Amino acid sequence: MNAHIPVRALGRYAAGDPGIAADVLWAMETHLEQCADCRSRLADASDGDSMALLATVWVKVEAAMSAAEPVTVRRRWLPARSARWVTPVLVPWLVTTVLVVLVALGFDLAVAGRGATPPSLVVLLAPVAPLLGVATAWTGRLDPAHELVVATARAGLGMVLRRTLVVLVVVIPVLTVAGWMVGASPARWLMPCLAFTAGALALGKVVGLPRAAWGLALLWATVVVGPSIVTARLPVLLSEAALPGWAALTVVVALVLLPRRSGYAELR
Amino acid sequence: MRKGISAALLAPTTYAWAIRAVELRVRAGRRLAVDGLDLSMGNGVHGLLGPNGAGKTTLMRALATVSRPAGGVLELLGHPVHARSDLRTLRRSIGYLPQEFGFYGRFTVREFVEYLAWLKEVPAHDIPDAVQRALERVGLAERGDSRMKTLSGGMVRRAGIAQAIVNDPEILLLDEPTVGLDPEQRLAFRSLLRELGEHTCVVVSTHLVEDVVAACTNVVLMDAGRLVFHGGPADLVELGREGVGDSSAERGYTELLRRHRAAGERTA
Repeated sequence: MNAHIPVRALGRYAAGDPGIAADVLWAMETHLEQCADCRSRLADASDGDSMALLATVWVKVEAAMSAAEPVTVRRRWLPARSARWVTPVLVPWLVTTVLVVLVALGFDLAVAGRGATPPSLVVLLAPVAPLLGVATAWTGRLDPAHELVVATARAGLGMVLRRTLVVLVVVIPVLTVAGWMVGASPARWLMPCLAFTAGALALGKVVGLPRAAWGLALLWATVVVGPSIVTARLPVLLSEAALPGWAALTVVVALVLLPRRSGYAELR
Repeated sequence: MRKGISAALLAPTTYAWAIRAVELRVRAGRRLAVDGLDLSMGNGVHGLLGPNGAGKTTLMRALATVSRPAGGVLELLGHPVHARSDLRTLRRSIGYLPQEFGFYGRFTVREFVEYLAWLKEVPAHDIPDAVQRALERVGLAERGDSRMKTLSGGMVRRAGIAQAIVNDPEILLLDEPTVGLDPEQRLAFRSLLRELGEHTCVVVSTHLVEDVVAACTNVVLMDAGRLVFHGGPADLVELGREGVGDSSAERGYTELLRRHRAAGERTA
């Protein structure tokens, strides 16, 4: 590859001379592909007509480039890539969840100011707080693109878990702050909260996520929230003594949930 | 840059038909919408015709693996589809456009197709190229940065077709793709179909007999969940030399349905 192409040969090549033998042509092109010097000499070796043609092409290209609309880069508070973790549909429901927790907190603070000590609403609601978000994480009724998403390779428990994780990442810090303000340690509500989330995901495989989440929330409301408001005592289920029970329940539910992978990959 | 050819591309196919169904039964809700269907389809464009409620959409959903068969055998690319099969690898080779599909309005067309490409596990470094190619094939490259909610009905449908072909599927399922397309777009779509059908098994469900005759290599006619006719479009035209309808293909369609129903009444 030491020898460069002579100027005369380059001139013949640029003019498209049919007299160049096929093997020579092949060798020249191989060399040109690798040698920037010869390529630039080739550009100079072109005749006047080609140069004029190139010039007109450049003028047209530049006109077209400047006429094209400049690409506007929109700044967004939620970039499109975030759809890999959370659908735009889920966001309003997460906001609603946070608002519900804040209302419960306001109620607790107002009651505490009067000196009475009924069970804290924040603690009573905490175990089922993520269920609103979880219910809307994987459903055709609210998510317009659901049928498209369900038919893809990634559809399934993995995607559901991603979205559930986002729900928990938003809801748990809010609950922690609200719980701290009413003087309740996370030990009381965190395990039940995870147990309910795992339970909804496990049941959701069979009956669909919204139905599973609503069913569990209703069960909790009638069995625990209602009676404890009436009797004005915090139920035993939310005491620290119940913690090992909730942990065991979460583990068992997760073990039931994990082995069966394909449950969420079809329409219901 | 052209990528090297992978071993997977060169591997011989180990199945006779891209789609093979034997005595296939699929439920839509409680009703058996596909009831004992025998069908084998290879590469080419297969037009799926039938009256409303014939089970076309249910069949398409079963082929897209979002509805599991209630009975019978379904094999896609030699891969059996039943209640327990893991469909992840199979689904990477399927493209699906549902009859009704939604989208997130604030996404641009490119973001929408990119999101679906990611869900279909297209390798990350191939996604930009694959999305651009898909948008060019459906003629939406210039609107790539428009938001989905600003598109007309026909453009939304084309964006849907783009997401279906973005993973270069071996089975492409299009449920009513020509709804909302104007005559010019329909012509472009038919030529795209013919091009895709050379290397892909394309199944197009439609109401429009003339679309099938113009663009399809095979006609599949269904009624009440069963196969009525499977043949070339020329056979349909041949059958329609006399009968009720505006074109000979339409006459062939009504004639086939009439004969099938008459035979059904005799055996009943």
